[in-house]
Amino acid sequence: MSSLSLAVRDTTTMLRRNLLHARRYPSLTLNLLLTPVMLLLLFVYIFGDVMSAGIGGGEGGRSAYIAYIVPGILLLTVGSTVVGTAVSVSTDMSEGIIARFRTMAIHRGSVITGHVVGSVLQSVLSVVLVGAVAVAIGFRSTDATLVEWLAAFGLLVIFSAALTWVAVGMGLISPNAETASNNALPMVLLPMLSSAFIPVETMPGWFRPVAEYQPFTPAIETLRGLLLGSEIGHNGWLAVGWSLGLVVLGYFWATSKFGQDPR
Amino acid sequence: MTVTRASAPPAAQEAAQAITATGLRKSYGDKTVLDGVDLSVPEGTVFSLLGPNGAGKTTVVKILSTLISPGAGSGGIRVGGHDPAVDPQAVRAAIGVTGQFSAVDGLITGEENMLLMADLHHLSRREGRRVAAELLERFDLVEAARKPAAGYSGGMKRRLDIAMTLVGSPRIIFLDEPTTGLDPRSRHTMWGIIRELVSGGVTVFLTTQYLEEADELADRIAVLNNGRIAAEGTAEELKRIVPGGHVKLRFNVPDAYRSAASALREVARDDESLSLQIPSDGSQRELRSLLDWLDSAGIEADELTVHTPDLDDVFFALTGSGVPARDNQPKEAVR
Repeated sequence: MSSLSLAVRDTTTMLRRNLLHARRYPSLTLNLLLTPVMLLLLFVYIFGDVMSAGIGGGEGGRSAYIAYIVPGILLLTVGSTVVGTAVSVSTDMSEGIIARFRTMAIHRGSVITGHVVGSVLQSVLSVVLVGAVAVAIGFRSTDATLVEWLAAFGLLVIFSAALTWVAVGMGLISPNAETASNNALPMVLLPMLSSAFIPVETMPGWFRPVAEYQPFTPAIETLRGLLLGSEIGHNGWLAVGWSLGLVVLGYFWATSKFGQDPR
Repeated sequence: MTVTRASAPPAAQEAAQAITATGLRKSYGDKTVLDGVDLSVPEGTVFSLLGPNGAGKTTVVKILSTLISPGAGSGGIRVGGHDPAVDPQAVRAAIGVTGQFSAVDGLITGEENMLLMADLHHLSRREGRRVAAELLERFDLVEAARKPAAGYSGGMKRRLDIAMTLVGSPRIIFLDEPTTGLDPRSRHTMWGIIRELVSGGVTVFLTTQYLEEADELADRIAVLNNGRIAAEGTAEELKRIVPGGHVKLRFNVPDAYRSAASALREVARDDESLSLQIPSDGSQRELRSLLDWLDSAGIEADELTVHTPDLDDVFFALTGSGVPARDNQPKEAVR
C-alpha cells in the first residue's frame, strides 16, 4: 500500500472512530451549541432594540439587528465547537488507546488528522443547526447568489479547519480536560471582541486594534458581505490569509507536539 | 551494585533472538530511570522483567515498543530483527502491546474496538468481522461485545485489551503488568491466556511486580532495580540465591516457646507472636531433618509453616536494602 493510500485509509478509520464518539454522545455536541444559540436569542430579544438603535438609524429595528449579528454568531459557533475539539483531543490523549495507536504500524498523523476532519464536519453541522435557529427567528439572506453561497461555505470550511488545527494543538499541550477548556477559551472570547455584535467603528479608539487584528473580524465581515451584500473590501483576502496561516501554523504545531515522546 | 548472574544468559547463537538490547539508558531531567540495561529474549520464550513500582519496567517496554526513544548513550536495540530507531514501523508491524493501563476505547463497544483494530490492520471487512468474532469468543466477551467498554470490569478490559493486541497476529507481545489490579480469578484466567499465546510460538515480554507470576509463566526472569538488572536467571535459580526461605514455628504457650527458643540457637525470635523462624530452602530433605531434630529435642510447635521467598525476599536480598518494608505486597484493585 502506498503511503498516501495508507494515510487516507487510516485517517478514514480514525475519523469513523471520532464520528462514532460524537454520535454515541450527542449531548457533548449539543452542549457546544448552547452558547451561540443563547447569545443569539439574548442579543436579539433582550438587547436587540437598544443595539439596533446603536448600529445606525434603527429603521430596520430588530430584524436589521438579526441580520447584523447572525454572521458573527455563525462563526462564534465554530469557535465554540473547537473548544470541544480541544477538550476531546486532550481527553483522548490521556487514554491508553492512543499509546496503542502509537505502537501500531499505522500512518502516524492519522490520529490527529481524524480529529481535525471530524471536528470540521462537526463545525459545519453546528453552523447549519444554529443557522436554522437564525432563520426560524427571522434571518434572511438578501439576494446572495449561488457563487456567494458557495464562497460562504468555503470560508466556513477553511475557517473551521484553521481554528480546529490550533485547537488540536491546544488539546495536545493540555494535561486534562479543564486545562484544555481554559486554553481554548480565546476561541469563544475573540468573536466577542470582534465586529460580531457591534461595528468596529462604534468601539472606543483604543480598543479597535483588538477587534481589527484578529481572525474573526475579517471572516465575519466577509461572511456578512457574502450573505447580506455589505462591503467586503480587503476583508476577503484577510480572512483567507488568516485561515491559511492558522492552518499551516496549527498543523506544524500539532504534528510536532504529537510526534514528541509521551511521558 | 554488583550484578548477580545465576547462570549465563542463553548464547546468541543458540536461538534466534526476538529482542536484544544493550546498555539501555533513559533519564528525565536529572532523574535516571534506566542506567544501562542489557536484555536478550530468544524467540518463542517468555521473558519476565520483575521489579517494584518505579523500577523502570514500563520505561523498558515503552522504549522497546517504539513509544519513546531510548536515552542518550544507549547501545543497540533490535526487536523482531529491526532497530526501532531506524525502522520503527517495521518493529511496530512485528509487535503487539498491552499496556499497564488498558488500551481500549471506553466510549465504544468491545466489538467496535475489535473492528477498529481490524481496520487499522487493513483487514477486509469480512476478514475483520471474522477475526473480531473469533477473538471475542475466545476471550469470553461475546455477551459484553455490544456494551461500551468503559463499563467492563478490570478483568474484562484486560481480556479485550489482549484480544485487540492479537488482531494483527503479532510475533512478539509486550504485556506490561497484565494482572496488576485484577482479582485472583481474573489473574488466573490471564495466566491461562498467556500460556496459550506461548504455545502458539509467540515471544512474550512480560513485566510484573509479582514473583509468583514470573514463576508461573516465565522461562527467564530479570530483576530490575533502580534502572539496573540486579539478577537474571530462571525462577528456580533466582529463588536459590535468595536466603528468604524459612520454616516458621508458632507456639500457643509462652513456656513452650521459651524452651524451644533456648533449645534452637541461630533462629530469629518473635516474642510478640511466640514464633521462631528457621532458615530453610523448603526442600523435602531439609524439612525431614528439621522435623527429626525438633522431635529429638522434644519441641512440639502448635503450627508449622513453610515460607518460600517472595518478591520482597528476592528483591531485598538482591539490593541489600535491609529489612523488607511490607508495602510491596501485591495490592488488589490498585486502580
